[in-house]
Amino acid sequence: MAIIVDEKTKLVVQGITGYQGMYHSQAMRDFGTQVVAGVRPGKAGERVNDIPVFDSVKDAVDGTGANTSCVFVPAPGCKDAAFEAIYAGIETVVIITEHLPVLDAIHIVSVARSRGVTVIGPNCPGIASPGRAKVGILPSMIFRKGNIGVVSKSGTLTYEIVNAISERKMGQSTCVGIGGDRVSGTNFIDVLDRFQADRQTKKIVLVGEIGGTSEEEAAEYIKNNVTKPVVAYIAGRTAPPGKRMGHAGAIIARGRGTAESKIRALEAAGVKVAKIPTDVPDLLK
Amino acid sequence: MIGGRVDKAFDIASEMRNAPYGKSVRRECLNSPVWGYQDKSGHMKLFEYKAKEVMKRHGIPVPDGFVVSKPDEIKSLPGPVMVKAQVLIGGRGKAGGIKPADNIPEAKKAASAILGLNIRGYITKQVLLERRLDVVKEIYLSITIDRSRRSLIFMASAAGGMDIESVPENQILMLPVDPAIGYQPFVGRYVSGFLKLPPDQAEQVADVCAKLHELVVAEDAELAEINPLVITKDGKVVAGDAKITIDSDALFRHKDFESLPEDLTPLEQKAKALDIAFVQLDGNIGVIANGAGLTMATLDSINMYGGKAGVFLDLGGTDDPEKVKSAMLLMSEANPRVILLNIFGGITKCDTVAKGVLEAIEAKRMRIPIVARIKGVNEEAGRAMLKSAGMIPAYGLSEAAELASKESLKVV
Repeated sequence: MAIIVDEKTKLVVQGITGYQGMYHSQAMRDFGTQVVAGVRPGKAGERVNDIPVFDSVKDAVDGTGANTSCVFVPAPGCKDAAFEAIYAGIETVVIITEHLPVLDAIHIVSVARSRGVTVIGPNCPGIASPGRAKVGILPSMIFRKGNIGVVSKSGTLTYEIVNAISERKMGQSTCVGIGGDRVSGTNFIDVLDRFQADRQTKKIVLVGEIGGTSEEEAAEYIKNNVTKPVVAYIAGRTAPPGKRMGHAGAIIARGRGTAESKIRALEAAGVKVAKIPTDVPDLLK
Repeated sequence: MIGGRVDKAFDIASEMRNAPYGKSVRRECLNSPVWGYQDKSGHMKLFEYKAKEVMKRHGIPVPDGFVVSKPDEIKSLPGPVMVKAQVLIGGRGKAGGIKPADNIPEAKKAASAILGLNIRGYITKQVLLERRLDVVKEIYLSITIDRSRRSLIFMASAAGGMDIESVPENQILMLPVDPAIGYQPFVGRYVSGFLKLPPDQAEQVADVCAKLHELVVAEDAELAEINPLVITKDGKVVAGDAKITIDSDALFRHKDFESLPEDLTPLEQKAKALDIAFVQLDGNIGVIANGAGLTMATLDSINMYGGKAGVFLDLGGTDDPEKVKSAMLLMSEANPRVILLNIFGGITKCDTVAKGVLEAIEAKRMRIPIVARIKGVNEEAGRAMLKSAGMIPAYGLSEAAELASKESLKVV
């Protein structure tokens, strides 16, 4: 079954004429995603990688039946792009864009939730269901079809862990990179809820990092709602306090949001926590 | 919603008060007058006087005052004043950074005592002189981001002034602003109702709430804090102190805030100009990785094998060999015993990284041993290039961490 993206995903790429939009629309298609349209105002009628380009998301939806969007539009135009997608009836909006102002994120997420639209990101690598579809920038070669659901706040660290899992001949149902910004459209709990309900998913891997309290909240949720085995890794156990590693989320504040507090909460919820990323596959056995 | 966990929403507020910096950080103002500082986390913190200027612009009452950087600049006073150090750290009062003065000679004396004062590592370059308030009551009021609820949140307490974090939770109101509803007058009524104020003051506090919210939205602030919000003897509500942090991601629509200097070491400044995250630590392994999570995981792994990172550098997503080259050169300036290169290519291509690394080695004739682990898009090409240049190849993260740690512990 997988979650959020699959064979039924019909993707429109917003910002398809930019370098990343161009490169990744092809990579997503190579992965098996139905990339049906691109959007770039003023470029209607053009084609990128043979994908038709439309002036607006509405035209793309009317013309192709697109139901999912991948947003590469830079931060100043990102709120407009995300709202245009919601307005046009898109069901899932994946926002790759980084450096989105937090008030814009709050606004987008609030509207999306009230309309039942799934937003993933901002500042995320996207989502992949191996053998079915990929929406975002995750490198295709690391995936392997299987029954492990992966949810992560990180980008490249997600690749590291998925790769380690695949190298041990275990595969993934879906891998969701939810992004590490302070406000995200989809959080750990939203994804855990879906993995718990998904029949393909048998085990879950949760990748968190220092800062914020979403891992602690996830632990609480797991304790009460998740019956599938969960393995976790929390990055930043040895990070110096008070120094941020480039992520808005990775801040240590006064003993809260520390790796210790997260690991303690997860272990209390019955989650096996790996000390380093390469231990994750061992704990899945 | 009244009550709730204080700690969640206090992330930013507490970070401002307790920011623990590394020993290498320079904490002086480079040139004055400036409005504030951008810290390592990209938070644009405004000095009190600038924050008060912004609050005044949005209609929040603040005491009359002015800022000086030399005692001689004091020509007249708006009455009895407080002379306050302008530094971006809490605990000014206890450190002798706030003094009363009743006339110009006293004000000059206070100013010369405070200017140049080192307050928990921050050198005072400016003082704010403002009319002294007849304080009857001190309230805490702020708006910040609530990550869990994905909204703005008001925090208020009748026990303001003191260290708000030691106030029991049940004495602090946590009131999220529903983003779909936005600010409505009832929000201000809930805040002033919680504070149990007489009608006239309640109305004034509610008005401050409305204006503070307006300020946060208009200026893209991620924190606006008034502590204390003072109730004076004549029943007026006035901002006694002010903290504002601007969301640096929103600077594209706030050109007026863009010129803030940063609180960085010279190497960190160079890195910032290249859009590379660069942090100096205590160990002797130089870590170059891409992405915050992977960088942290690399540090964790090194630690497992007894090594210690001396500097880490997060390339982020790049596909420009020049940037990789600059990063390598920067790393060599930090003079680590060994460099651990851990790249997982997605947007970043492995051969791009290899090209940049080789160019840097050639340009500088670098002799530092390099453990290279690269994985992802175009990894074969990249690995071959690095191997031919004599680097120590590693295939997995653990192996790379182990090799680098061993190398770093070698006795020379």
